[in-house]
Amino acid sequence: MAFLDLIQLFDTTIRLATPLLLACLAGLYSERAGIFDIGLEGKMLAAAFFSAAIAYSMGSVWMGLLAGIGISLALSAIHGLASITFRGNQLISGLAITMLAGGMTVLVAQSWFAQGGRTPSLTDDSRFTGIELPFAIGPSEAEAAGRPLSQLIAEAGPLQQIYSELISGHSILVYIAFALVPLTWWVLYATRFGLRLRAVGENPASVDTAGVSVVGLRYAAVMICGVLCGIAGAYLATALQAGFVKDMTAGRGYIALAALIFAKWRPWYALSATLLFGLFQALELRPDMIENVTGVAVQAQLLGALPYILTVVILAGFVGKAIPPRAGGQPYVKER
Amino acid sequence: MEKMPKWADVVLIPLISLILAAAISALVILGIGEDPIEAVKLMVQGALGSSNGWGYTLYYATNFMFTGLAVAVAFHASLFNIGGEGQAMLGGLGVALVCLFIPWPHWSIALIAASGAAALFGAAWALIPAYLQVRRGSHVVITTIMFNFIAFSLLNYVLVNQLRPPRAMDPASAKFPEATHLPSLHDILGTVGIEFSKHAPANISLLIAIAACVGVWALIWRTRFGFELRAFGKSESGARYAGISPFKITIVTMLISGGLAGMMAINNVMGESERLVLNAVEGAGFIGIAVSLMGRNHPFGVFLAAILFGFLYQGGAELALWTNIPRELIVVIQALVILFTGALDNMVRMPLERIFLALNTKKEG
Repeated sequence: MAFLDLIQLFDTTIRLATPLLLACLAGLYSERAGIFDIGLEGKMLAAAFFSAAIAYSMGSVWMGLLAGIGISLALSAIHGLASITFRGNQLISGLAITMLAGGMTVLVAQSWFAQGGRTPSLTDDSRFTGIELPFAIGPSEAEAAGRPLSQLIAEAGPLQQIYSELISGHSILVYIAFALVPLTWWVLYATRFGLRLRAVGENPASVDTAGVSVVGLRYAAVMICGVLCGIAGAYLATALQAGFVKDMTAGRGYIALAALIFAKWRPWYALSATLLFGLFQALELRPDMIENVTGVAVQAQLLGALPYILTVVILAGFVGKAIPPRAGGQPYVKER
Repeated sequence: MEKMPKWADVVLIPLISLILAAAISALVILGIGEDPIEAVKLMVQGALGSSNGWGYTLYYATNFMFTGLAVAVAFHASLFNIGGEGQAMLGGLGVALVCLFIPWPHWSIALIAASGAAALFGAAWALIPAYLQVRRGSHVVITTIMFNFIAFSLLNYVLVNQLRPPRAMDPASAKFPEATHLPSLHDILGTVGIEFSKHAPANISLLIAIAACVGVWALIWRTRFGFELRAFGKSESGARYAGISPFKITIVTMLISGGLAGMMAINNVMGESERLVLNAVEGAGFIGIAVSLMGRNHPFGVFLAAILFGFLYQGGAELALWTNIPRELIVVIQALVILFTGALDNMVRMPLERIFLALNTKKEG
């Protein structure tokens, strides 16, 4: 397999890992604060639909992004209401939100666009398109040279290939997602808010004793989770693909959840876990590549199931132990 | 002092939750420009207005009874089995293997064997999450979600590479032999002289599902194991002091739960499609959660809630056929029911408790 093929595989990996990374970080904030969220999938799905629908009808992808974040925040508010205010079962709430999103997106899509539960295809100005970094070979160079882009890249040196193909040319949301990893690390481990957030997931009573609002902190975490899920969904419908189709998240919310466990609820590990799972998804699209390298045909179904199998293996404790935040899933009741 | 009379807890709260869910659904129907009253009429007509409609309603209800019972049994032990979907898929695989590869002389023997295989496969799929929960402390919800996806990939692999007949395109097994076809309600009711639609898929599995409801009731409230299961569900530490083994309860409960979910396959795979298709379960595993919550985890409640959801499913299919309301409306209703009866339970409960408390103190004072 040629070097360039490998670069292209990693390029696809980055594209596919981005929504996983955003959703994984979303779950990280929520679960670190003690609120389990199995509704990541639903929030992404709702955001994907609304971002595509608004981007299409208003012709502005930024309005679409805002709409996606908005609907995701609304679902987060329901989750917060159920699991913080009314101290209900967080898992049931997350499940209900995912189902609600699955049904409502198709219902509304059918009512607005009457295309069988999808939005019309987005044109380039209502999508997030690739950003060409300086000195990278991109579509504009290809136009100037009057030759196809793939040819120009194939002729370039390996470093330029890595830079142009792998690092440059992604949409702004990809760079945002990757920048969020150090930011999340900084927020969690270097700020007062982060300390309190982690404390509220481990021992809410101590946070309460210190005079800090448990409810406020948990709502803040759930809302951050909503914003990130909104970006993840918008990325799916307006950057990775051009428009919304029914059930387009296709289990990504659950893979992100798996990655979160894999990463043991830590930001940098979340990056590596989502890149690994992104690589599986990329390989699922190119089964021929594995066959070329290893000489063994790997079943596409096996690759699809690998993130889940790996997570179960991690959970089984064969590769270290994944210990969730101690107060996760339990509603906080102030002592009376 | 009891905050609320028992009937309020059992009947009033689910009823109010259902009304809230229905009201929001009506708003949704209005929002997409259709008439909710007309929609209800169509649903009632389509699901209950003919023996054909009833046949479909009861067919769906049979599925939901099995998956609802599966969730309910686990709930009593404070386990949340969200993996009914995967367990039912595996149950389907068990049924298919039994029906395809063993020549059965008569459907009745085939049904017994298929039920056993379905329960066995479903139970086996619940065993690993159960074991990981007790021995490794990994949450059963997360592992059963993962196992749903793994089940889908496994079934996809088996159907495409092993069970698919040569030259067939879609991922599905061959048709089961004639001798394994189950008698439908038409055949059964015909013997006692009652006319019933010939085309509806409801079949003898309905009776097995009802028997399972009775069986689960007896298990939970009339056996020693059932007592231990409920004690464990109420307080794990209390149960431990009483000498109840958490390992045994968790494993056996999840095996029963998985087995019940798996047994759904005798209805949808053996009774209806008579071959194994990839999306045979069609979300019934998740509806089981709504059914169990709605039925307050009691087998009789599950029975009633399953029929209600069977009605919604068949009614929803009719709506999709005659109006512009897509089938997904049912998913919305189902989500709202789960939300209100499961997650926002306290939103309904807290004000009600306050009302009853006020009434009681007035009576006493």
